[in-house]
Amino acid sequence: MSRKIVKPVISAQEAVGRVKPGSSIMVGGFNYGGIPYSLVEALVAAGVNDLTLIANDTAYENVGHGRLVANGQVKKVIASHVGLNKKTGQLFHDGQLELELCPQGTFVERIRAGGFGLGGFLTPTGVGTVVEEGKQVLEVKGRKYILELPLRADVAFIRAHRADRHGNLTFFGTNRNFNPTMAMAADYVVAEVDSILEVGEIDPNDVVTPGILIDALVVKGDNYYAART
Amino acid sequence: MLPELNEELVRSRIARRIAREFHDGAVVNLGIGIPTLVSDYIPEDVRVVFQTENGVVGAGPAPEVPDLRFIGAGGRHLTLLPGSALVSSDLSFGLIRGGHVDATVLGALEVSQDGDLANWMVPGKMVPGMGGAMDLVTGARQVIIATTHTTKKGDAKILKECTLPLTAKGVVSLVVTEFAVFRICEGKMELAEIAPDVTLEDLKAVTEAEYTVADPLPIMQGTEEE
Repeated sequence: MSRKIVKPVISAQEAVGRVKPGSSIMVGGFNYGGIPYSLVEALVAAGVNDLTLIANDTAYENVGHGRLVANGQVKKVIASHVGLNKKTGQLFHDGQLELELCPQGTFVERIRAGGFGLGGFLTPTGVGTVVEEGKQVLEVKGRKYILELPLRADVAFIRAHRADRHGNLTFFGTNRNFNPTMAMAADYVVAEVDSILEVGEIDPNDVVTPGILIDALVVKGDNYYAART
Repeated sequence: MLPELNEELVRSRIARRIAREFHDGAVVNLGIGIPTLVSDYIPEDVRVVFQTENGVVGAGPAPEVPDLRFIGAGGRHLTLLPGSALVSSDLSFGLIRGGHVDATVLGALEVSQDGDLANWMVPGKMVPGMGGAMDLVTGARQVIIATTHTTKKGDAKILKECTLPLTAKGVVSLVVTEFAVFRICEGKMELAEIAPDVTLEDLKAVTEAEYTVADPLPIMQGTEEE
């Protein structure tokens, strides 16, 4: 997959045009932190539906990608925790939402495997619990492991701190969380950032995510949480 | 008769006792609820590195002015101490699963005498998800449970076998309640300490699990400071 060396700087609305009905989409974030709020807001406004949402949690009913769920745009959620968004549980219990819960370490490692070209991995997490149901359990050197499979998505919306025009990214505080991993594991990756610098203005030593993984850049808007994270 | 303790004393007693469990330099992950309080009671001569699963190694107390760019488990506000590090979630769970975290402190719905833990779901109720709990209890070197001794209804939480869906099997090594401290070693539970004014008979009446009793049986550490 060939990406432009100099990344297009586009609007959140343009970026959302890459999300089609039925798309799978990864959204970065843990609780309030590291959510690409402006991209998600544009996706809520666009109303694209039948989405498979891959995110650590479903935020809150009125916050970030939690609004995608509340807005009925999501048919399936793959996450580790959905308890803070009442709407997620409600839609799941009403049979209107498919929910796949993964332990958080398994969740992120599945994304890592998806981005790192691995066919899966063996983890001891979940052995002897409902997590192992329907999965292969293998014994290696006397210890049991669950075979977990990789996750990829059509689109990833991630949040970073600064980008240069080549898409090299730095992160800030606990906004980093799932974002660098998701940047590896989708066909089209948009990074929402605080600011965009010229090439050479970010020291290569400080780059966490190399620009070759990024398709487009969006500068964060001024909505309440985008401004505060 | 078991002593009647107010909720604040229950929580602080459990947290204070657990805070004495760490050696200098220990890397510790605290869950939400009572475990969160543990950091308030770490002895002065012990330096503990608090890790949060969303990517902080070396978390400090909540700041005066909250900043959503620095949060921990459950979205709790935190500061970064000098010498701390920020990592991504995949590396954070590598630290957890890979055995680089010395201890995790979590709450429980049920614990069994051989160390099984149930703390993530109740069938028929809304399912919140397990978050990082399953990885933490599988990977951390020591799993410490901070829990009230019984449910609000007075039912035992320390059982022969868990009845709720498990978080993990055979992982718990220490259970601290307001009345007692139990150690679980090689699938066997031992009453290691007992709170003041609690008799062995009182304790047995609210504990379904079978356990041996340490001899001598010390008074629960930290209660002398109350």
